[in-house]
Amino acid sequence: MKNKNMTQEIKQYSVPTMADIVAAGDEPEILFWVGCAGSFDDRYKRVTIAFVRILNHVGIKFAVLGPEEACTGDPARRAGNEFLFQMQAVSNIQVLNGYNVKKIVTACPHCFNTIKNEYPELGGNYEVIHHSTFLQGLINEGRVKVEGGQSFKGKKITFHDSCYLGRANKVYEAPREVLAALDADLVEMKRVKANGLCCGAGGAQYFKEPEPGNKDVNVERVQEALGTGADTIAVACPFCMTMMSDGVKNQNREDTVKVYDISELIAQGQGL
Amino acid sequence: MAYLEQFLFVIAVAATGWFITKRVKLISRAIRLGRPEDRSANPGERLKIMLQVAFGQKKMFDNPLVGVMHFVIYAGFIIINLEILEIILDGVLGTHRLFAPYITPIYPFLINVFEVLAFGVLAVCVVFLTRRWVTRVQRLQASRHRELKEWPVKDATYILVAEIILMFLFLTWNATDSVLRDRGIGHYGELQGIVPDFVISQFLKPLFTGFGDGALVGYERTAWWLHILGIMTFAVYVTYSKHLHIALGFPNVYFSDLKPKGEMANMPEVTKEVQLMLGLTPEQAAEADPSGGNDNGQQPESIGRFGAKDVEDLRWINLINAYSCTECGRCTSACPANITGKKLSPRKIMMDTRDRLEDIQKGWVKNGPDHKDDKSLLGDYITVEEINACTTCQACVVACPININPLDIILQLRRYKVMEESQAPGSWNAMFSNIENNMAPWKFSPSDRFNWADQVNEK
Repeated sequence: MKNKNMTQEIKQYSVPTMADIVAAGDEPEILFWVGCAGSFDDRYKRVTIAFVRILNHVGIKFAVLGPEEACTGDPARRAGNEFLFQMQAVSNIQVLNGYNVKKIVTACPHCFNTIKNEYPELGGNYEVIHHSTFLQGLINEGRVKVEGGQSFKGKKITFHDSCYLGRANKVYEAPREVLAALDADLVEMKRVKANGLCCGAGGAQYFKEPEPGNKDVNVERVQEALGTGADTIAVACPFCMTMMSDGVKNQNREDTVKVYDISELIAQGQGL
Repeated sequence: MAYLEQFLFVIAVAATGWFITKRVKLISRAIRLGRPEDRSANPGERLKIMLQVAFGQKKMFDNPLVGVMHFVIYAGFIIINLEILEIILDGVLGTHRLFAPYITPIYPFLINVFEVLAFGVLAVCVVFLTRRWVTRVQRLQASRHRELKEWPVKDATYILVAEIILMFLFLTWNATDSVLRDRGIGHYGELQGIVPDFVISQFLKPLFTGFGDGALVGYERTAWWLHILGIMTFAVYVTYSKHLHIALGFPNVYFSDLKPKGEMANMPEVTKEVQLMLGLTPEQAAEADPSGGNDNGQQPESIGRFGAKDVEDLRWINLINAYSCTECGRCTSACPANITGKKLSPRKIMMDTRDRLEDIQKGWVKNGPDHKDDKSLLGDYITVEEINACTTCQACVVACPININPLDIILQLRRYKVMEESQAPGSWNAMFSNIENNMAPWKFSPSDRFNWADQVNEK
């Protein structure tokens, strides 16, 4: 796979693949694990692109697996299909170990949790970082400055904790610190951090109709988010992204309330 | 008369011991039904968690007011037990306030501490009954939570009422004792000058000053007997009740899961087959997996069932969890599925697991120790609709004041349903086949996976 370079744009972003970099006898700083949603979901592809632009802008030497990437197996495992999960995991580990990957950054908390916590037992040992933590590091080092783009001053943003980032791995502050760099007005919902309410997608719920009940979980959560008066709901997970966006539509507020991933907001702030 | 009392007392103590021993044996046998799992690693960290979460009740203070109230009952329970020692020795030896002459300077102080705690316990129990029956705290209402119908609500109420009665007996017993001492009657009078009035019971003395000497001694003896018999009954009752947490809460917390909450337990028996299917030789597999395939370095035990259908497929820690559950419902009120009206309740998962164990125990007692009925946890107690509603968000796991993990049980039941019975919702089966064939949970061509990069320079 060749580098996907464009030649005639003013700003040029490139997405090198691991295969290319290794063929050139080089080694990337990080492997960006895109994940299935980041690769195929039209909405989350925007997040992947925003993050790639930030990486390009900062000058991080990264690579993606491209067509060699495959589902981590997380939804299969949570649904109870351990065989399928392990087939995916063992194959992915063969690819990752084959490239001698050491450091992985991903924008998906489910991929993050699975590769970080569940791959070691199957022979995959890597330093795995969620993009919120990675962005926080870049901001703290002064390598990412939110300037030159859209101003967020006076905007009300609320952050929805992803279960697999928060409770599962205790990453609560990183996404909030990233948002703090926007100089916006960060408003919290009542149920946050360890008490955060799920969007309703986890445990493979995303891939089936909910069981009978009196309300959808995402509607419950979006109502709470709207209650803060925020005009932006920030998320850090592809499945939260879909669930919150659908919830906002359900409440007929899609014209006034937007759902963005934290990396999109940073990219907007940088004019990328 | 005195000897008869001593004789009856010894019999009561022995009977209590016999019943408790019988129950402890049954319960420990039930827990050992579970599959083995080594949770002995990191004793230092485990001890620390036990000190903070069990002894220190750290998580109870998430709601500080409730935390303080529960702490009063907890501290009262532990500290008042010191007084039980004297009461039992008095009962066996036929003495009266055995310790008073030996520790005269601190004896009134100790009893005063017990009395303050007893009063605190009494007051908190009244508040807790009010929360259940008057202000109707949501998570404690059977009308909202079907798992609380019948026995669980009764169990909770019995205990609170019993504690109020026990504390009342303790305080009025001290009050009558003081009145009898003032009147200089029998061995009560001997403590004049040694034992003063106590901090709480002195205010109860006016209730009894109108009593004749005989009636007073009658009340004092009755209160003393009812109090200690009540405690003995409580000790046996606890083993049938949700209040077993007062004992099992500690080991339950000590053996907490130390892994990150998002990590699902691996199935080494599956890993072996997967490596074979992918054509990895054992050497390659060993190379890919330096840990030896298992957290604790054990070889995978003989393959029984994949996942869990019944309690013996679960691990022993799941079963200790079930016996330790106090049915407080913090898990259920944090559960997104339950909040939005789904049938799933993490508390019910724990209660069903214990009910299953209790039913198995009853079978042993009734039909011999090898008896096995044809019921199973999944199907007869927990339904597929419940486990399929779980979002695996871990809110229940975080909410539990004693680190019980209902999610672990739910996921093991799901594994059984999918791997042994090949039964999953149709859209899950579609997702499985997409992952298998397209390397993604959706039906996209794997060769299109990198197409997003074409848009990276589009505005």
